[in-house]
Amino acid sequence: MRTPSTLLLIFVSTVVTALAAAQTGGTRSGEQWPTPAGDAANTRFSSLTDINSSNVDKLQVRFTFSTGLTHGHEAAPIVSGNTMYIVTPFPNALLALPLEDSGAPLRFKYQSNPSSSSQGVACCDTINRGATYSNGRVFFNTLDGQTVAVDAATGAEIWRVHLADIKRGETMTMAPFVAKGKVLVGNSGGEFGVRGWLTALDEKSGQQVWRAYSTGSDRDVLIGADFKPFYAGDRGQDLGIRTWPPGAWQRGGGTVWGWISYDPDLNLIFYGTGNPGPWNPDQRPGDNKWTAGIFARDVDTGAAKWFYQMSPHDLYDYDGVNENVLMDIDIGGKPRKVLAHPDRNGYLYVIDRATGEVISANPFVHVNTIDKIDLPTGRPHYVPEKKPTVGHVVRDICPHAAGGKDWQPSAYSPMTHFLYIPHQNMCQDEEAVPANYIAGTPYVGANVKMHAGEGGNRGVFSAWDVANGKSVWEIAEKFPVWSGALVTAGNVAFYGTMDGWFKAVDARTGRLLWQFKTGSGIVGQPVSYRGPDGKQYVAILSGVGGWAGAVVSGDLDPQDASAGNGWGGAMADLPQYTQKGGAVYVFALP
Amino acid sequence: MSSRFLELAVVALIALTLLGCERESRRFSDSPATPRGVQTIRQSELQPGSSIPTSGPPSPYDDNAYAVSQGKQLFEWFNCKGCHADGGGSIGPALMDEKWIYGSAPANIYATIVEGRPNGMPSFRDKIPPQQVWQLVAYVRSLSGQLRKDVEPSRADHLFTRKSESSSPKSAPVSSSAPRDTQ
Repeated sequence: MRTPSTLLLIFVSTVVTALAAAQTGGTRSGEQWPTPAGDAANTRFSSLTDINSSNVDKLQVRFTFSTGLTHGHEAAPIVSGNTMYIVTPFPNALLALPLEDSGAPLRFKYQSNPSSSSQGVACCDTINRGATYSNGRVFFNTLDGQTVAVDAATGAEIWRVHLADIKRGETMTMAPFVAKGKVLVGNSGGEFGVRGWLTALDEKSGQQVWRAYSTGSDRDVLIGADFKPFYAGDRGQDLGIRTWPPGAWQRGGGTVWGWISYDPDLNLIFYGTGNPGPWNPDQRPGDNKWTAGIFARDVDTGAAKWFYQMSPHDLYDYDGVNENVLMDIDIGGKPRKVLAHPDRNGYLYVIDRATGEVISANPFVHVNTIDKIDLPTGRPHYVPEKKPTVGHVVRDICPHAAGGKDWQPSAYSPMTHFLYIPHQNMCQDEEAVPANYIAGTPYVGANVKMHAGEGGNRGVFSAWDVANGKSVWEIAEKFPVWSGALVTAGNVAFYGTMDGWFKAVDARTGRLLWQFKTGSGIVGQPVSYRGPDGKQYVAILSGVGGWAGAVVSGDLDPQDASAGNGWGGAMADLPQYTQKGGAVYVFALP
Repeated sequence: MSSRFLELAVVALIALTLLGCERESRRFSDSPATPRGVQTIRQSELQPGSSIPTSGPPSPYDDNAYAVSQGKQLFEWFNCKGCHADGGGSIGPALMDEKWIYGSAPANIYATIVEGRPNGMPSFRDKIPPQQVWQLVAYVRSLSGQLRKDVEPSRADHLFTRKSESSSPKSAPVSSSAPRDTQ
């Protein structure tokens, strides 16, 4: 039965779909979910309304499929052409599940067979953040540093290129992003003293089109005449060398392992760079360009257009890689083309995506490491007594090294204008120690012990009013909310918890509408699509792990509070709530 | 008292002193030999046919507190700690629990450090001198309480993250844990 409110929802969603399609260059149909974020703007918004806030409580499991693996399942199950594609954690198999067949049996399993040794240089569990579909091919990265193109219909390998070197501590965990015939991929390894880069490969051949490093000379960083950063602190020659002690930029981090978004009108891509290495800040005096910031680059040439550094001379492993969600919103009565970026440092930045000007920056979690962001200069003001130093333990640093929020991507609804943010409420004690650089081994230089922030809940799922820079509602969760978010035109937001609940909440109020307990903790990314039978589906990978879940997936011993780079003690109770094991869960209305 | 008895008493005293001093002795120059042939290290309890005993070399520093404390420092300096934390594990497995994927015998641990292991443990062959590898072996064993309590470290110089090695209970080694996912 269609109630008037359902009809209204459908009408609104149609308008929204048209608007969204206009915004992203018509790439979104709303029926498929071809990339982890669902669209080039990284909204993770589904325009489908069959499942909505008035009927989501009837959601049922339609099918499940086990991956047979026990490490963290952080990927999004993507959907294109009536097939679901899942890239597993190491050893990075690509599973293709035909959705028109009852129970979705396996159509093919492509084995990428990465080097087993790569597990030894994966900082935070042997995860993979997903595959991407484009023009009949599925692209994904392997832990040992390869990018692979697979025929979406047959599972045949089309090309594979080896880009990262595990002997230097490089791995690849991000989901590739495709724009204008280029497959964009970056490296991981910020805890191994690697040098970060983003590489564009030709979608057809796999040939490198350009590579932009995150440290080093302007030539290597692809900084040229087009580079017009908004703030004076980002102007000057070869800052990627001169803001480091001699040579330190060569192992300075700035890895690119997060999300990429694309604005076809501006012809720009946006992405963040990782933390500078090592964590011990005394070993790298200077601003450490171009780490812990956001680059806007010309998608054709890679030429940098602007850069903004959230954490100059980062003190706490505050990577800048979190998602940049593109949106056109009214701020102060004026329409603005912005990106919203909830950063590891606990501030949510709203940035003019054409110029790099910070319009606003407000804390979305409890932050005691940064007093404020000085908008005229764009610089954060660090609280001196919270700076980690050698031979001294600094207590209660908030947020902790994984930040106010880590990789887990938020979702944006153009209907509510809220950003739905899965995040942590965590602090830590930290002592800096000298880090030894030995290629292929960790290069960190910090002893860390984490604990829950005020209130004792380690996670939060919240809705954030982007235009007004304030929280609308918050849901406290026992464990860090390490899954991504999804929001639909049916006024429902979805997320998962590390103890295994997959939840649907009212997008306007945050009221819990439905929940289902999956087999393991959830650290994946929810998606929604229209199946071959015309029904709307919601899918999520279950399978605990990742940095926060390594206590379970890596069998860590929580008697050592520093296990898992500081998570051990803080997650000591996780094994009582969930065990390992990956599977996709797909839901629909009866 | 006969001189014969005195002689014996002196010898006994020296022997006792030497024994007691092993905990404190500092050998700066000796370089214990590498295990006699890594082939003597066994990873399986099963042996087809009659059982042939293995005889890996003993750990030269199990009773030497100085070597164990050196091992603790080397564990940090060679970045072992970056992967195994203070024994709770991180990128690599926990070393303070009862599970030993590649064997708990000193010679097995030595081989693990020098040869590396296929699921991510790097090979430190020719990067760490044998004497220091043995110091690491002794320290690794102390993480799960395999050494004498008065030899194991009783405090850390850094942020307190766990009960000291000497105050943690000894765990009985089991070789039941499977290697990490391989496919």
